[in-house]
Amino acid sequence: MAKQLMKGNEAIGEAAIRAGCRYFFGYPITPQNEVPEYMARRLPEVGGVFLQAESEVSAINMVYGAAGAGARVMTSSSSPGISLKQEGISYIAGSELPCVIINIIRGGPGLGGIQPAQSDYFQATKGGGHGDYRLFVFAPASVQEMVDLIMEAFDIADYYRNPVMVLGDGTLGQMMEPVEFKEPKKRDLPPKDWATTGAKGRKRNIINSLSLVAEQLEEHNWKLQKKYQHMKEHEQRWELYKCDDAELVLAAFGTTARIVKSVVNQLREQGIKAGLLRPITIFPFPDKAFAQLPDTVKAFLTVEMNTGQMVEDVRLAVNGKQPVHFFGRTGGIVPTPAEIIAKAKEIMGGVR
Amino acid sequence: MAEMIFAGFGGQGVMSMGMMLAYAGMLEGKNVSWIPSYGPEMRGGTANCAVVVTSDEIGSPFVTDPDVVVAMNLPSMDKFEPRLKKGGLLIYNSSLIEREGGRDDIEVIGIPANEIASELGNSRVANMVVMGALLAKTGVAKPESVKDALRKVLPAHRHDLLPVNEQAMERGAEYVSKDR
Repeated sequence: MAKQLMKGNEAIGEAAIRAGCRYFFGYPITPQNEVPEYMARRLPEVGGVFLQAESEVSAINMVYGAAGAGARVMTSSSSPGISLKQEGISYIAGSELPCVIINIIRGGPGLGGIQPAQSDYFQATKGGGHGDYRLFVFAPASVQEMVDLIMEAFDIADYYRNPVMVLGDGTLGQMMEPVEFKEPKKRDLPPKDWATTGAKGRKRNIINSLSLVAEQLEEHNWKLQKKYQHMKEHEQRWELYKCDDAELVLAAFGTTARIVKSVVNQLREQGIKAGLLRPITIFPFPDKAFAQLPDTVKAFLTVEMNTGQMVEDVRLAVNGKQPVHFFGRTGGIVPTPAEIIAKAKEIMGGVR
Repeated sequence: MAEMIFAGFGGQGVMSMGMMLAYAGMLEGKNVSWIPSYGPEMRGGTANCAVVVTSDEIGSPFVTDPDVVVAMNLPSMDKFEPRLKKGGLLIYNSSLIEREGGRDDIEVIGIPANEIASELGNSRVANMVVMGALLAKTGVAKPESVKDALRKVLPAHRHDLLPVNEQAMERGAEYVSKDR
């Protein structure tokens, strides 16, 4: 199929539909409004349902209901809206239901601004709502990768019976790049025999996150943890770029990783052996990638559009073996290659 | 590799200009990206987009030091002229901008885009006049590819506008070749 030039947000919608998503519930917020706009136009054409709820709280509970009935369902929002959805997300994770949630991050905290940011990393990867749960979280760096991962996200959600979040930022949502819609590798998915589809003679299915007997709730928690552990063992994904002989490894995800890739090339032109480690899954965090790095690595520099969130996971993975530095811009400011290069030189000046 | 910024008032067609060029680059098999400025300002305010067209992989899609700046109004020229790479190209709309470029380490071309568009009977194709000039000067994409992109982007009931857009591009190209 020929490539199309598509805006990130519209590509999200198309990828979801091609992955079999037939239900979308949401509430408008910049900079992701083209997602509901696209779904509103396209879903009726494929026999699906688009519904603009009266609030984010309402939208996520509609997702809860549709997921419970076994449907492929998605919602999308941006940072403040995702915060409003946290209670519902916790219920969905607790009830072990599959769905896909898009967060096109904008600057926070509070209502914040509308420019791109990555300040929801903690919220996405450490639970977000209450209780000991995790989302499966993808952090794509291009419109094409976002499309590929969303098409896969529905399968992963079904496979694990767990919500999958795809993190973008204002830039990724608003930018246009060529995309191609390719069939993802299919997973063997079990039938959704737990779904509330009308009992019709079979034993009734109950979907509920309430569990008043402590022993049972603890057991349920250990079951969830086993699932997250399985993700950690089998689902980590990352990209290593020019790391083979690297002395300085820059770690960055999403849009920032694109800037850092350019920085790596510029640093190498200036004689600094730099490489990029780009997590593609941020939960599970790709700590296995660090084991593949060569002995030449002297230091790490994590670059993010926040005040330092993923850097904590990088420090855990590096485990004190090398120093881990941080550079970030926040509030909607995108870091420039020049300031990252300056920071890298400062570090490498120090270790030499 | 061409990193470009298109800037002007909302409504002057700078966003679609950038998009058309990205589309044309894609049709030629190149890697392209298009990023709009987006913000609370819209109608009547300033708008700009960053476009990269290259046969290499695109790392950063952000354009901090452009090779080419297209300025359709004065605030855009004031903002982006200083950011141009040494040896870069500034194309500005001399119908609306009275001052000339302020740097001597770049190439500067003024083109009366609004006047030319009005002569063609449609003031809204001023952006395509500049597009024609840009293609002629830089060769970043073939005029034919931009014309193909236009046919794909314009809905069928707007295809009556194709000839005037194509004329606008040709007039822009002529303007810069006779100028040189």
